[in-house]
Formats: sequence, structure tokens, C-alpha cells
Amino acid sequence: MLSEITLTLMRLGLLVLLWVFVFAVVGVLRGDLYGTRVKRRTAGAGKAARSAPAGVAPRPVARAANPERGGGRSGRAGRGRKGPTRLVVTAGPLSGTTLPLRPAGTLIGRSPECALVLDDDYVSGRHARIFQSDGGTWTVEDLRSTNGTFLGATRLTEPREVAVGSVLRIGQTVVELQR
Amino acid sequence: MSVISSYTPRRGRNVELVLLIAAVAIVMLAYVNVGLATSGTVPPALLALGGGYLGVAVAFHLVLRWRASYADPLMLPIVTLLNGLGLVMLHRLDLASDRSITEGVALRQLMWSALAVAIAAVVLVLLRDHRILRRYTYLAGAIGFFLLVLPLFPVIGTSIYGSRIWIQIGPFSFQPGELAKIALAIFFAGYLVQTRDALSVAGRKVLGLTLPRARDLGPILVAWLASLAVLVFERDLGSSLLFFGLFVAMLYVATERVSWIAIGLTLFGIGAYTAYLIFGHVQTRVLLWLDTFSPEALAASDQLAKGLMGMASGGMFGTGLGRGRPDITYFAESDFIIPSFGEEIGLIGLFAIVVLYGLLVERGLRTSLGTRDGFGKLLAAGLSFSLALQCFVVVGGVTRVIPLTGLTMPFLSSGGSSLLANWTLVAILLRISDHARRPLPEASGPSPVAEARTEVVKVR
Repeated sequence: MLSEITLTLMRLGLLVLLWVFVFAVVGVLRGDLYGTRVKRRTAGAGKAARSAPAGVAPRPVARAANPERGGGRSGRAGRGRKGPTRLVVTAGPLSGTTLPLRPAGTLIGRSPECALVLDDDYVSGRHARIFQSDGGTWTVEDLRSTNGTFLGATRLTEPREVAVGSVLRIGQTVVELQR
Repeated sequence: MSVISSYTPRRGRNVELVLLIAAVAIVMLAYVNVGLATSGTVPPALLALGGGYLGVAVAFHLVLRWRASYADPLMLPIVTLLNGLGLVMLHRLDLASDRSITEGVALRQLMWSALAVAIAAVVLVLLRDHRILRRYTYLAGAIGFFLLVLPLFPVIGTSIYGSRIWIQIGPFSFQPGELAKIALAIFFAGYLVQTRDALSVAGRKVLGLTLPRARDLGPILVAWLASLAVLVFERDLGSSLLFFGLFVAMLYVATERVSWIAIGLTLFGIGAYTAYLIFGHVQTRVLLWLDTFSPEALAASDQLAKGLMGMASGGMFGTGLGRGRPDITYFAESDFIIPSFGEEIGLIGLFAIVVLYGLLVERGLRTSLGTRDGFGKLLAAGLSFSLALQCFVVVGGVTRVIPLTGLTMPFLSSGGSSLLANWTLVAILLRISDHARRPLPEASGPSPVAEARTEVVKVR
């Protein structure tokens, strides 16, 4: 009789353990379903931040005019050394998205391998790349895209130096480099 | 407003080790359960066998730590659990048919498992980068087709129960079709990565489907004819279906065109219906499928009916391991291992097994999504799809969703060739997943190539 109870317990225990194992596996893979981590801000903060890009743009100008570091020239040089650290989408479907710039290069395009993936018919698979060149300056390069990359109003024909406050237009998306 | 930062993958090797120990513990519990239910005692070799199995699994885990530290942490525990459950069921069927442990199926399967794990580890160590396989695209294709037709050669090929899918060399029999699966997946991936542009861009639109040009239909027709040849000459519906399904699925993954699936299904339908009209053994299979319990079908074979009855007697919770009579069904240890499980661990346990296969396939497809090169994507997708299709064909066959075909359940069924092939398949998937999850090396400063002076290099 005892062995019958033991057997029943084992039989049911085996089923329970099998499912516990399944759920343990599911629990592990849950964290891995997405390739990028997207941190959403609260609605109030989002609204405040949405208006920020407009306010951010003039900041470099204000800094350059500010003689706190002994004149505009050295101020600009200091900024060049420090350079932009992130990319902010200011217009387009992904408006408000921020992503960090990597010295090795940040790819923008439609292909899922890119750091900033734009789902837009006017964007090429590998559209443009922003990277830090040898001297520490940040450079944007158009990767022979079909519809072009615009720095301000001019279409890029060769790699161009960019700095904090530079505005790039790619398809329907406008991105800005920020500190 | 959101911030996107690239996901830093965790290696997950410790998670893998914990899950691995849990998997072996479940297998040992099942083994004790069989022992208590059949003889009332804890099996004597429990610790030796359990420890040995754990040792094999941990050895493979250490190889992963050594050579593929970013590999997917979930595949190995899942496969270990499935393989172990298969071993327990084979041992239980050995007991039912009074085979001693030395002449039983279980011990042989255990040795094959150890060999399969060893070969998988060797594959993982030698294959440092899966893209090397792309160099051998056409060689893999040739090997794949050679393995497929190998059983047709007069001396070594043997016909067992109507299907000519075995080769016999001395005392060893081997089912080369299992290995052909991997070779053909490599071939299709390498071939489609080259040709997919032509296959996906050209064509005209009819009724919302973009149909390919007539001259691009060549490859699919060749694959179709080859799979029909397997069906006709080897009388093996399962391999034929697996082979053609693999090709169509990889074609779809490569081109993103639904029309290939429509064309593939149409061709398959035509082929299957023609085979039904011409061949007697296909008609028998269909009769067994549609009308399992009719007198004519039972006169031909009551195997499927017995399997269904076994699963029915298991019910929701199962009779308990060692308490059912799965040995009544013929081939309870190979083709019909799923009904054996259904009888003894019930619908709930069987579904846990099916979900485990689903998770394994999910990890393979996730690997395919994550990896950056087109060849790796196609290969991972193809290998995991072949695993999924094989499970569908086997489980669908024994549950009367589709006609029964002779394929083995990966990792569960008795059979060395199947174990070897599927462990190797998992090793390749692990290698690709290591590549997919490994973070990109962060280049610091100018690359050494930029600074290096130009040198005259002597080639050979």
C-alpha cells in the first residue's frame, strides 16, 4: 500500500518536474526574445522630453559663446575631444529614440543588423555609418544609399565631419548628435 | 520616448549547468520510478548510470565553456533531458520483453549516446566557425545525395520492413538518411545564399502571388524529382517528405516569397496523389490512416490501432512508468516511442515532451534570427526546421493527423544513426548560436591593417 502511494507520488512528481523544467527554460529564454533593450519613459517625462530636441539644438551655440573655458576656440576644441555621445531621433516614426554612439561605428539602415533600424521605404539596408576616425573626430559616411543622407540641407557625397548638434536626415527620419 | 541600448548577451553557462543537473535529476527520478514500479526496488546501478550520464553531459558543457562560451544555454539541457527520457523508456521496454541489460536496447542506446556526444564535442572543437562549411557547399550536396541513394546499392543496402533505407556493413546497420539531412541543409543554405536574389526578385504577379520565372523553377523541380525518386525506390515516405519539405522551407526563408510554398505544396500534392494511385504500399498507408479500425486496415496492420489504444489507456496522467503495456505495440522503442510515452506519462507528460521539442526548435530559429551572416541564418533555420518537420511527421503519424511514415523521433527513439545525426545537428546549431550571441569586438583605435606597411606576400 505504501509503495502504491509512493509510486503515485513519483508518477505525479515526475509530471510536475517535467513542467517545472519547461517553465524554467521558458523563464530563461524570456529575457532573450529581443535583440535590443528598449526603456520606455513615463508619459509625463516623455512629453517633457519630446519638446527637448528643439531646446537642445541651440545649446552648442550657447556654449561656444560662453567664455567659461577661456574663449570660443579652445571651447570648440574641448568639445571636439569630448564629442557627441548619443544619437537622438528628432523626427520620423521613431521620434524620441536615443541610442549611444560607439567609436567603432553605428550603422543606420533598414537591415536588422543595424544599430538603428528604420522601417522606411526610403532607407537602404545599410544606409549610413557614424564612426570616430583616427583623430577622435566623429565622421558620418553615406554607404552608397539609394536616396542619400543629408547633413543639414546638403546631400553627402563623401565622409563628413560631424559634431554635437549636427542634424542628419535619412528618409523620413531626422537624427541629431548630442552630447 | 525610449532609449535603445544594444542588448549585452549573457553567456548563461551557469544557467546551463543548473538546468543540466535538473535534467539529469528528472531522468534519474524516472529511472527510479521504473525500477520501483516493475521490481519494487531501487535499481542497483542507479548512481553509476546517473553519474555516468551526468558526467557525459557535463563534459559536453565544459567543451561549450571552452570553445563556444556564448552558445545558447538552453539547447544542451533540453537535448539531455530528451535523450535521457528516451533511455529510460528503452530500459523499461527491455524489462517488459525480458531482455537482460547486456542484450537490451537501452545499453546499446547509452553507448551510442556517449559516442554521439563525443562526436558532437569533436564537431564543436574542430568547427571554429560555421562559415567554413560554406566552402564545402557542393561537396556537402554530393555527400547528401550519395547518402540518400546509398541504401539502393546492391550489397550494403538492406530492405527492412519494406523500406530500403538501411545499409548493413558487417554487424552494423546504419540509416544514412539521417546524416543526409545535415549535409543537404548545408548544401541548400550555401546554394540559396548565392542564388536567392535571382529567385526572389524576378517574376510576375498573378492573383497577389509573385510567381517565379519558369527558368528559376529548375532547382525546386530537381529537388522534387529527387524526393519522388526516394519515395519510389526506397519506399520511404518519411525521408522523402523531410527532404522536400526542408528544401521548400529554406527556399521560403531565403526568398521571403509565399509563392514558393504554394508551388511546393502543389508539387507535393501532385506527387503524393500520383504515388497513391500507382503504389500499393502508399494505398495501404492511406487506408491505415483514414480508416484505422476497419477490418481491412486491421488485417494489414494493427500497429497504429494498438498505439492509439495505448495512448487512450494512458489518459490524462498516464499509467505511470513501468505500469502500462507499451510493449504490445510493435516498434514501441523506435517509431512508436511517442505512444509508449503517451501511455505511461499521459497527455500531460507527452505535451511536456512536445513543448521541449518546440523550445528546442525555437532556440534554433532564434539563433537564425540573431546571426549576422546569410549562410548561418539559412543553415540554422534549415536545421531547426528539419527537426520540427521530423517531430511533426512522427507525432502526426502516430496520432493519425497524417499517414504514418517511418521516421525516428529525434533523441527519443532507439537508433544510433539518428542519435549521431541529431547530436551533430545540435552541435552545429550551438556553434552558430555562439556566433550569433557573441558581442561584436569593439575596435579601439585604428586597425592594425591601416598601420601595417605593404609587404610582398608569397602565395604558396
